[in-house]
Amino acid sequence: MAMTDQEILTGLGEIIDEVAGVPADQVTPDKTFVDDLDIDSLSMVEIAVAAQDKFGVEIPDDQLKDLKTVQDVIDYVRRSAVSA
Amino acid sequence: MLNLTEGTPGARIIALGGYQPTRVVTNDEIATKVETSDEWIRSRVGIESRRIAAPDETVADMAVAAGGKALAASGLSAADIDLVIVATCTVEASIPNTAAQVANRLGISAPGAYDLNAACAGFCYALASASDAVRAGTARSVLVVGAEKLSQWIDWTDRSTCIIFADGAGAAVVGPVTDPAAGPGIGPVVWGSAGDMADKIYIKDRNSFIFQEGQTVFRWATTALYPVAKLACERAGIDPTDLAAFIPHQANLRIIEGIARKIGAPQALVAKDIVTSGNTSSASIPLALSKMLERGEIASGAPVLLLGFGGGIVYGGQVITAP
Repeated sequence: MAMTDQEILTGLGEIIDEVAGVPADQVTPDKTFVDDLDIDSLSMVEIAVAAQDKFGVEIPDDQLKDLKTVQDVIDYVRRSAVSA
Repeated sequence: MLNLTEGTPGARIIALGGYQPTRVVTNDEIATKVETSDEWIRSRVGIESRRIAAPDETVADMAVAAGGKALAASGLSAADIDLVIVATCTVEASIPNTAAQVANRLGISAPGAYDLNAACAGFCYALASASDAVRAGTARSVLVVGAEKLSQWIDWTDRSTCIIFADGAGAAVVGPVTDPAAGPGIGPVVWGSAGDMADKIYIKDRNSFIFQEGQTVFRWATTALYPVAKLACERAGIDPTDLAAFIPHQANLRIIEGIARKIGAPQALVAKDIVTSGNTSSASIPLALSKMLERGEIASGAPVLLLGFGGGIVYGGQVITAP
């Protein structure tokens, strides 16, 4: 069953709050992880792992490095969930 | 028909001791040699400073120091120890082994003495072996040491490793549970390996430096290990919510916190000795535990979860009761 972008965004906000301590309401689609949210590559790995648990979508390291904004992750999750 | 020895229903840790070299190396000092900063190291790895052994200070020297302290704290004498196990993966030479030298220097006439290489899981493996030996009657009192001199295997121009690894030793005296009312003090070990990940952490040969694929190790450690931790609790008959402390191998503060979040023990005190000790491989768990006990942070008899993991990849953990 397809998830909406909003559902993915909400889930992602919870993950980022838990992993990186960034309040969920600050996680908006346009924000970049490194510059806007101050999230480094190790936290990105934790976020990817948590996203796998929550959405059932695997994000390997070589794909992860290209996901720069919150929207990039939302798009990736939505695309991967559809083709699953 | 052969005879067998008779052992005891359980083994326990009687006392611990730790040793760290005197030389303190700060992040600022490292930042003068490679491109990094105090702030970067603190946020990525969690280390503020670490200890590095003197050039002529050996793994055996550090093992003797820690072992001597544990022995002194145990109330036993050297004559009581009948097995010495040294967990190490950074020893200078294979022959003679470290354990026989440690035994000799501590005045122990040990019938049994061997080195054990399970990288950063070494202490948990050695502890499990010591417990089994006591329970089987193979030994009565065992000196278990984790001792490492990682600094002699580091490329000090490689900022991915020179900021992390350090030197030190920790030791435990393991003996039988003699009080009939007390249960075992060392729970069943849950151990395993992932040999397909041999290329993630390695030292190629005697003339090479240590190499680590940090990102991959980070992902593996924060996903594959918490089930091992939970199983170790289950096998010991302990609920994670009963743990007084959780002492994972001090690999990286982010890994420590990542695993701690997932084991379901929010009340447990989590060891963070890496902050002033660095990553000392098999020494990290006994070193952290000995300091926490010295500081009075863990009540005697309280359940503590130990979890080692490292190059191999090998891993292992067990619940113990604090001495």
